[in-house]
Amino acid sequence: MKTDRLIEMLSTNVEPVERGQIGKAFAWALVAGGIAAFCVMLASVGLRADIGAHLGFLAIKLLFVLSLVGAGAAFLLRSIHPGQGAQKPFALIFVPFLAVGAAVAVVALLPGRSAPWGVLTFGTQWATCLYCVPLFAAIPFAALIWALRNGAPTNLARTGAIAGLVAGALGAAAYAFHCPDDSLPFVAVWYGASIALCSFIGAILGPRLLRW
Amino acid sequence: MVASLDGDAAAHKALLAKLSGHLRAYFKRHVARINRDPVEAEDLVQEVLIAVHAHRRTYDRSQLFTPWMYAIARYKFLDYLRRTKEFRKDVPIEEAEEIIARDDHAAVESTLDLEKLMARISPKARQAIRCVKLDGLSVAEAAERCGMSESSVKVSVHRGLKALALLIGTESRS
Repeated sequence: MKTDRLIEMLSTNVEPVERGQIGKAFAWALVAGGIAAFCVMLASVGLRADIGAHLGFLAIKLLFVLSLVGAGAAFLLRSIHPGQGAQKPFALIFVPFLAVGAAVAVVALLPGRSAPWGVLTFGTQWATCLYCVPLFAAIPFAALIWALRNGAPTNLARTGAIAGLVAGALGAAAYAFHCPDDSLPFVAVWYGASIALCSFIGAILGPRLLRW
Repeated sequence: MVASLDGDAAAHKALLAKLSGHLRAYFKRHVARINRDPVEAEDLVQEVLIAVHAHRRTYDRSQLFTPWMYAIARYKFLDYLRRTKEFRKDVPIEEAEEIIARDDHAAVESTLDLEKLMARISPKARQAIRCVKLDGLSVAEAAERCGMSESSVKVSVHRGLKALALLIGTESRS
């Protein structure tokens, strides 16, 4: 095939392109994925019974996971546009993890603990956390992959990993409404681990699902 | 680029023609550096032209054009290296001459056969591309001829081009 012929073909009837289309699709995927995760949570494990009495700690959990969603989404939005460096948003993703780690360290140094470390870390439902978060993350992940496929990510493994992380964080946000364990070490270890697991799965699936 | 995003066909054609020159130089240099057949450079040029076209909405108008285009070219080159890893072998010295002596008219002609590639995409996309891109019908005319809605013609053309871009990678070197 001659290149001139290809150019001829491609420039026959060129459709105008709507501005900001892929950004909008991405925002929709994020919102719809979050809502879907919340609905799956309601339908499976349900809201925490005494949620009204623990809104303060729920806010801490949400602050942690939603800041991950924010940093991850900023990275993904840049990565769907080829040629836009995404080092800064990528580095930002580590900030929430560091903040929670630092908070745990502060708690460890403060005198007077409410319970022994083992109880604080394992809580009552660590295993539920570990499988519910990836479960709730499945729909947001599919939505994000769909939105990313509209774009043109050039680093597929990394983009997949961050898509997994954002989906995992949305899953964790949904799980927070059920989670009966209110301790920072629990959030750091089990929320962190389940989100990292989602991210790992995303990194493996990324190159397969996102290739263009 | 902005004019072609707005649907100006002449500007789009001029842009792609200009890009093909840059891309040819870029890929010839890279393909030569890893001792591959220079003909493959033209396959890559065409692959990137289709990618630039099919993914043109990922270009952010507030940013520079060149980094965007070279990010796509670089991605396609790495993708090409990855998928041709198994084909990569040393050429025995007796056969080397044949490769060196190849006619350079290949500079503007790739090893791809559009008809063969078209046969491998979905019938709906093939029909839509044939009407709109090869026969030059307007979207409305194509919709009438194919019995599809206008938006489904547009979607079919878009998906079909993306599928063609992916096929180029697998078809041309297998």
